[in-house]
Amino acid sequence: MRLTHKSRNALIGYSFIFIWIVGYLIFSLYPVFYSLYLSFFKVRLDGANIQMTFEAFNNFKAAFVYDPYFVEILIQYVMNMIINVPVVIVFALIIAMLINQDIKGKGFWRTVFFLPVIISSGPIIGELIDQGATTLPSISDYGLVNLILDNIGEFLATPVQNLLETILLVLWFSGIQILILLAGLQKIDRAIYEASMIDGASPWESFWKITLPSIMPLISVSVIYTVVSMSVFPLNDVIIYIKNIMLGESTIGTLTTGYGYSAALAWIYFIVMVIIIGVFIGLLNIKRRSRA
Amino acid sequence: MKLFKNIKAFIKDTIALFKQKQYKEIRHKFKRLFVGMKFMDGLLFKILIYTLLISLGYIYLYPILYMLTNSFMTMADIIDVSVKWIPSSLNWENYQLVWEAINYPSALLNAFILSIFPALSATVSSAIIGYGFARFNFPLKKLLFVLMIMTFIIPPQITMLPTFRMYSQYNLLGSLKAFIYPAILGQGLNGAIFILIFYQFFRMIPKSLEESAQLDGASHLQVFLKIAIPLAVPSIIIVFLFSFVWYYNETYLSGLFLRGSDLLTLPLRVDQYINNYTSIYPEGSRARELMQAVKLAGNVLTILPLLIIYFFTQRYFVESIDRTGITGE
Repeated sequence: MRLTHKSRNALIGYSFIFIWIVGYLIFSLYPVFYSLYLSFFKVRLDGANIQMTFEAFNNFKAAFVYDPYFVEILIQYVMNMIINVPVVIVFALIIAMLINQDIKGKGFWRTVFFLPVIISSGPIIGELIDQGATTLPSISDYGLVNLILDNIGEFLATPVQNLLETILLVLWFSGIQILILLAGLQKIDRAIYEASMIDGASPWESFWKITLPSIMPLISVSVIYTVVSMSVFPLNDVIIYIKNIMLGESTIGTLTTGYGYSAALAWIYFIVMVIIIGVFIGLLNIKRRSRA
Repeated sequence: MKLFKNIKAFIKDTIALFKQKQYKEIRHKFKRLFVGMKFMDGLLFKILIYTLLISLGYIYLYPILYMLTNSFMTMADIIDVSVKWIPSSLNWENYQLVWEAINYPSALLNAFILSIFPALSATVSSAIIGYGFARFNFPLKKLLFVLMIMTFIIPPQITMLPTFRMYSQYNLLGSLKAFIYPAILGQGLNGAIFILIFYQFFRMIPKSLEESAQLDGASHLQVFLKIAIPLAVPSIIIVFLFSFVWYYNETYLSGLFLRGSDLLTLPLRVDQYINNYTSIYPEGSRARELMQAVKLAGNVLTILPLLIIYFFTQRYFVESIDRTGITGE
């Protein structure tokens, strides 16, 4: 039997991605569903055996009602994201634009700004945080910082303080984003700038009217990358909390923690993360539409 | 150098004009030099750019410099407040201590094995999968593609226990297989990114190249192996390097899956040694303070191989995104 060209093509396509489909079912889909399933149970591990009692939505309810820490950590995480993600993006954009200029030693500067991607690993960064190497030594010495912190209220002050304390770490998250944005900048035709210059546009204007709109899609990509990489980073407070709950079994009120509970926490966390991404992307799109 | 010549010519001209008392011309010249024709080519702009570059560069390098200098410090240096940046002598003892304690050469070999094989598997599989997505049309392609991207944003914490149980049932825990199997099926560390890189690259190969090969009787497999793969060498190198680096630095999954086995990533091994060692000494004792320097020495030893690899391959890393067109055409 002869297959049509189209279905033959489809078949060959499937055979190329076949390994991915198998891997997806085994290593991604099954664990995701299983963990969703477990999040509705109380789970006890006795060695290799697993004891489960159905709890319906109790785990999810407990996270918000009984757990004394989770909500607080989660709010802190959201605040940190709201502040850190724009900082990373703005810095990445500034650096990408700097490197994109006609400068001496382009390769050297690219190397410097990309270095963090190479050496960032949990223990090393943890160590640097412990030793206070992630804060610029001069930042905390200025009275100005305290003045600002005193005047913006505690709700905002804590994330801002966190940001200042870990500013280097936050900037270290921008290596890949710099590359993404740089690639975008290089694709913009220089002739457009020259034309606008002749029409009397200032560099400031051409940034807002040419550069930013052309790399907007890449800014969205960078935002997603930033949120994800910051959220799954092993030293993230929420991640540490979930991990501790998963490994240790303790009781909070009437609730027995353990895997079922931690699965519920992980799902709440994931949903919050997706909402954050959605809000950021939404904001970027509103801006774009209103400008067009 | 052109800049210096410009400045020299500028000074010469100014002096000449000054002698001729043409002050208006001088003002004009000044403006020309500092602000330029359109600001972007003036001296002021240059100064601004380099100031920003140097200060941002300092911010980026600060932790690394801190790590390097402090790792050489002796007990006396750490206690001495006046010694902040430059240790009084190059003290290799910290390094020696870590080197011997973790048996650095064998630990490094171990860590390399642990990163090279999963990285190789990930490279091979993502090239095949990326090619499939890029060059063929099939039902549900869009859906599968979205699912593939989704795997990137699902935190590993969600899938950890099921995966952990699955691994223990199939006796994969504590062995290299726990990393290789997912990688070879395209589900390794950051697998989606690699598939995306290959996807973007293979999409750029013109269809005519493929068609002319097929007219000559080449099968799809032959086109893939003989035409697509040789063209994709830069992408292959990039994916391998990134994958290698990410596996090398990995601590979360390896901490769980490889616990208690001889296989350990280098960051974890140093961490383990330091924790054991530190707990011997009482809180606040001097020896404990010295441990900080030892710890940093351990960290330097951990990242040193990566720095060396990076030094030789940096152009691939840095040019990666332009070359692979991750940005999407």
